[in-house]
Amino acid sequence: MSTPTATGEGAHQPPAPSRTATGRRRPGRLGWSPTRGDLPAALFFIAPALLGLVVFFLVPMIRGVYLSFTEYNILGDPTWIGTENYEAIARDPLFWNALGVTGQYVVINIVLQTLLALGIALLMQRIAKSTLIRGMLLLPYLMANVIAALLWFWLLDYQIGIVNHVLETLGGSRVAFFGSEEWAIPTQALINTWRHMGYTALLIFAGLQVIPKQLYEAASLDGSNAVQTFFRITLPLLRPVLVLVLVVTVIGSFQVFDTVAVTTQGGPINASRVMQYYIFQKAFTESQFGYGSALAVILFLILVLVAFVQMKFLRGNESDLG
Amino acid sequence: MPITRSPHRSYERRTKRLPWRDVVPWILLLLAIAVSILPFYWVLRTSLSMNASLAANASSLLPVDLNFGAFARVFGLQSTQDAIAQGGSGADINFWVYLRNSVIFASLSTAGAVFFSAMAAYAFARLRWKGRNVVFGAFLATMMVPPIFTALPNFLLIKDLGLLNTMLGMVLPFIFMTPFAVFFLRQFFMNMSREVEEAAMLDGAKHLRIFFQIILPNAAAPIATLVLLTFIQQWNEYFWPLLVGNSDDVRVLTVGLGVFKSQSPQGAPDWSGLMAATLVSALPVLTLFMIFGKKIVNSIGFSGVK
Repeated sequence: MSTPTATGEGAHQPPAPSRTATGRRRPGRLGWSPTRGDLPAALFFIAPALLGLVVFFLVPMIRGVYLSFTEYNILGDPTWIGTENYEAIARDPLFWNALGVTGQYVVINIVLQTLLALGIALLMQRIAKSTLIRGMLLLPYLMANVIAALLWFWLLDYQIGIVNHVLETLGGSRVAFFGSEEWAIPTQALINTWRHMGYTALLIFAGLQVIPKQLYEAASLDGSNAVQTFFRITLPLLRPVLVLVLVVTVIGSFQVFDTVAVTTQGGPINASRVMQYYIFQKAFTESQFGYGSALAVILFLILVLVAFVQMKFLRGNESDLG
Repeated sequence: MPITRSPHRSYERRTKRLPWRDVVPWILLLLAIAVSILPFYWVLRTSLSMNASLAANASSLLPVDLNFGAFARVFGLQSTQDAIAQGGSGADINFWVYLRNSVIFASLSTAGAVFFSAMAAYAFARLRWKGRNVVFGAFLATMMVPPIFTALPNFLLIKDLGLLNTMLGMVLPFIFMTPFAVFFLRQFFMNMSREVEEAAMLDGAKHLRIFFQIILPNAAAPIATLVLLTFIQQWNEYFWPLLVGNSDDVRVLTVGLGVFKSQSPQGAPDWSGLMAATLVSALPVLTLFMIFGKKIVNSIGFSGVK
């Protein structure tokens, strides 16, 4: 639910190996045996988590890569077929469609969400920082994707949804938000923007609190107006936070599945068949586990590439402070 | 907790500013708040309405023909005839079972994940051992792995173990740890004072006693926050339970909602029933949020954006 990074190491220095002590505890050295360290105790404490890491993360990753080079329909054993899955994927129009549709979704979702969140964060910074307001803005994020999907499926219903009712009352015409090919993806993007907007705003808001007040005071004394202050101080100093938020939200955005599965199920035709939904269908509806695994590997590689490019071009690990 | 920052008085507050300059910002902020919370009112209003009357009163701000039929339908308390008469599908559905399953699923995986993650975090923060940083790096790295990538092989594993459609199979991948929980608690454990711990060590206390009697009690606040965040996350989980727990007796609310929606008549969906089911699914998290809202809100922005 958050965007952690590895931060500083432990507050303590490793005790220098002592040649005289032979397992005797030395007061003032936190009682560590200087030669053995705490390895036995550490192994005990870490055992359950390590089991989870190995069995449900590391081994599956290796198995996933292996399966991507096989043909496997769950029954029987996987058959090694080399790179055939990948060659087939390269010729698969539905894969390219999924890639395009997902890309379209990510762009609409991320642009809208980040701009709205940045706006809300700045508004909160300016006029209201209360926990109550932040709480109300956070509420959609705490709801399950399935709930957000159903809620908007109803609000945006073509026949009697309130949004279309209001559109018509205002003189517009009804929109088939879920039923038309041109609207299917923008609608999915809007639903997820609604759910993530407040959360992202809170992340950016937290980043705003770190910018030294003196900078604003100095700018104010120099006669800088609000727009200048935003572009010369706020935005540059917020950049590391924005990059982190972008990396995490873009990675999440590429994995859109829940709202699609509950509402349009890839349709109409292929308009909302996003990558993860296509993988799900290949593996579980069509029982093509090898092909599905190869698609998952490709999605993973795309995510790594996207994260890398973002860090590189937005210089996410550098700060303009100091 | 180091994750909260008291709102400082910004320079804007001290300079005299005419209130009308804040009118437009306030309107915009209230708009954002309205967009965030008003949809929930519409869910409530629809769930209390008679489904058959909704079409004729699409824009009525109050419930149409106020009644609790939709909730009765969702909990399987309404006869099939009544259900169909009120616009339901008449299909057999029982959200009590899904509610129970969700509680078990979210509680079990949260309890396990937080406890075992705390143990691991203790080893990473308070113990010195060779390879500590490498192993911790491996935990951190898994945070970046998309769930779909591990979901397919994990499904096969659970299937090979014969645990498909069992609660154990559903919670196993979560119960040993979540990378975030390990990271989150390690940060707190590292910042705790060593004095009490040292005194206990000189008294001959072993690590297990220090962990249970000193570390855990002193980290009660961040652990409570982590329990809340993990519980909400697990409560909302959809993809994994959909893969391995789709049979009726272990189905959780999120999956049940999807099934209920797909059973609803295509031409004239049971909107009241659907919204009642949505509200039932949302209610536990809403309740937690009413009680612990401040804790949850203040945990957003933890560390990474510090």
